[in-house]
Amino acid sequence: MKYIDEYRNKEIVLQIAEEIKRVSTRKIKIMEVCGGHTMSIQKFGIPYLLPETVELISGPGCPVCVTSRSFIDKAIAYARMDDVIITTYGDLIRVPGSHSSLDNEKAQGADVRIVYSIMDALMIAKKNRRKKVVFLGIGFETTAPASAAGIIRAQMAGLRNFYVYSAHKVMPPAMETLIDEGVKIDGYIGPGHVSTITGEGIYLDIPKKFGLGVVISGFEPVDLMQSVLMLVKQIENNDPKVEIEYTRVVKPEGNIKAQQMLEEVFEAGDDWWRGLGVLKDSGLKIREKYSMHDAEVQIPVEVAPPIEPKGCICGEILKGLKKPKDCKLFAKVCTPSDPVGACMVSSEGSCAAYYLYNR
Amino acid sequence: MIKKDRILLGHGSGGKLSHDLIDSIFVKYFDNDFLRQQTDSAILDLKGGKIAFTTDSFVVDPVFFPGGNIGNIAIAGTVNDLAVSGAKPKYLSCGFIIEEGFPLVDLETIVKTMAEEAKEAGIIIVTGDTKVVDRGKCDKIFINTSGVGVIEETNMEIGSGSKIEAGDKIIINGSIGDHGMAVMAARNELNISANIKSDCACLNTLIKESMDTSAHIKFMRDATRGGIGTVLSELAKDRKFGIHLQEDKLPINDGVRGMCELLGFDPLYVANEGKVVMIVGKDDADKVLKTLKNNKFGRNAAIIGEVLEKHPGTAWLETIIGGKRIIDMLSGQQLPRIC
Repeated sequence: MKYIDEYRNKEIVLQIAEEIKRVSTRKIKIMEVCGGHTMSIQKFGIPYLLPETVELISGPGCPVCVTSRSFIDKAIAYARMDDVIITTYGDLIRVPGSHSSLDNEKAQGADVRIVYSIMDALMIAKKNRRKKVVFLGIGFETTAPASAAGIIRAQMAGLRNFYVYSAHKVMPPAMETLIDEGVKIDGYIGPGHVSTITGEGIYLDIPKKFGLGVVISGFEPVDLMQSVLMLVKQIENNDPKVEIEYTRVVKPEGNIKAQQMLEEVFEAGDDWWRGLGVLKDSGLKIREKYSMHDAEVQIPVEVAPPIEPKGCICGEILKGLKKPKDCKLFAKVCTPSDPVGACMVSSEGSCAAYYLYNR
Repeated sequence: MIKKDRILLGHGSGGKLSHDLIDSIFVKYFDNDFLRQQTDSAILDLKGGKIAFTTDSFVVDPVFFPGGNIGNIAIAGTVNDLAVSGAKPKYLSCGFIIEEGFPLVDLETIVKTMAEEAKEAGIIIVTGDTKVVDRGKCDKIFINTSGVGVIEETNMEIGSGSKIEAGDKIIINGSIGDHGMAVMAARNELNISANIKSDCACLNTLIKESMDTSAHIKFMRDATRGGIGTVLSELAKDRKFGIHLQEDKLPINDGVRGMCELLGFDPLYVANEGKVVMIVGKDDADKVLKTLKNNKFGRNAAIIGEVLEKHPGTAWLETIIGGKRIIDMLSGQQLPRIC
């Protein structure tokens, strides 16, 4: 299959593995901050091919995992309203809130529908004019432009019953906070899809301020191995910089049109990240201009402060301070079928990836 | 007279409408001596060995999908459950739960499919039941089939796999994930057009041919929901051996691969309806493979791995790039990833 097979070529992967082994002398930790990377790394068994000097750790790159419990609680409160239809990406429905989850509410009669794109949610709004259709907007710069496009389209079509509950976030503040908080890493594998939208500009401060390199990587084994090699070389040569490995998709300037849409609909605001707390200007809030489609503005609802589960170390795992296997709950109390923390729910979460592929 | 082209509540009442339905559709297609008697129970003749007995319910959405319909899997599912236990499938029962308003022509198509599938598999549908529920109380049509077959003493170990030992080979009779992805693609909400057909098929003939070829087929399981990944990890659990699978040997159609890539699914865990995982003594593996390839449901059969002494109790995949990862049971549904 084109664009896949050539990037899963065993010979090339093993050649790069040899090269990494040859070049790498210092013991280093490289963090990936994209859930898709975490999944690929585990799925293809990449750690198995790396020398002992190179350790990969997973950062806060799974949008479901960093989403706050209070977001889920509020989504559940919406779901319980008779005149609301919740539309959401599939990952979110099993995430535990303080007392329930969306699939639990669905089983009890709430109208919760899994959609594959916000356009499906718009169709549902069109067909159900008497209901309020709330789309749960989560994800980074990757999914946020689609939400922006959905909101613009709803505005144009006069779909007054369509709302987005936005927990969209942007990546750079989290990447900088991790270093500020003293997480010991030597370089970042930069997120491929986020960078497709943003371009490389958002990472330029990281080498400058912190002396750490960023290599924007694709999702196939050859991509990831090549990115590790590029980082190892940067580190060995003391030459931290932003590089793009995923050149077949990511342009240095990114996707200008998507950026314009983001700017049109959203503005930066402080947001809460699991494990990291409130990060300045890390969230995307819907601008007042589009507030008629902002669920938080149009459908006010009060929820009690969230209750965090005892013993769950999702926060430290997201920071890369601990590995899933360090958690007492991992694979015992907390499993993909009965998750305690968000990192176990999403297929992109570190705990789920470790549970599935590396237990 | 009002034209009755849809299922009415009356079709399940036991009265005239029920009888008309039975005669005009069920007896018409399933026709055999047992059914014609229309008694409360079918009296069966089962000679030789012990009886294998199984049941399964089918609730697929959509009811019609590329490569088949609910009727195919209702027959194949139960026939295959019997066959992989080492039994010879003989008789089947069919229970229908139909939603009020279901088109009669669709019911007829399904029943006709079931009759053809049963005929090809050489089994007889001997008893049945129909219930109709109010609109909205079930999703179009649910079918339950139960089946009995006879099993010889020598084949009793196949279901449990108690004779599996290190060195045995793991064989699959063709490409994986076709059914699950065909059904997913057929669901309107996805809006994906893919040339993927369900693999649903009765495998009892193919299995019989394999068992005639080799006395060392030590385990068989049809890899339906949960896919071959779930079958193999379940098999390895608590055993003294480990399972080693090679990703580059897995037969996967391009359409299925593409769709799995798109949705973030792992084909190892996608449902099949015409695939059997076999564990065969190493000296007989090539022989069985050849036999499978000569059957139309085994053309793309392949040896995909082996049983090892290493890592007992777990199943491992050697990935396409030479990495390694564990194969675990599927927990919950596979959910499409968001980005």
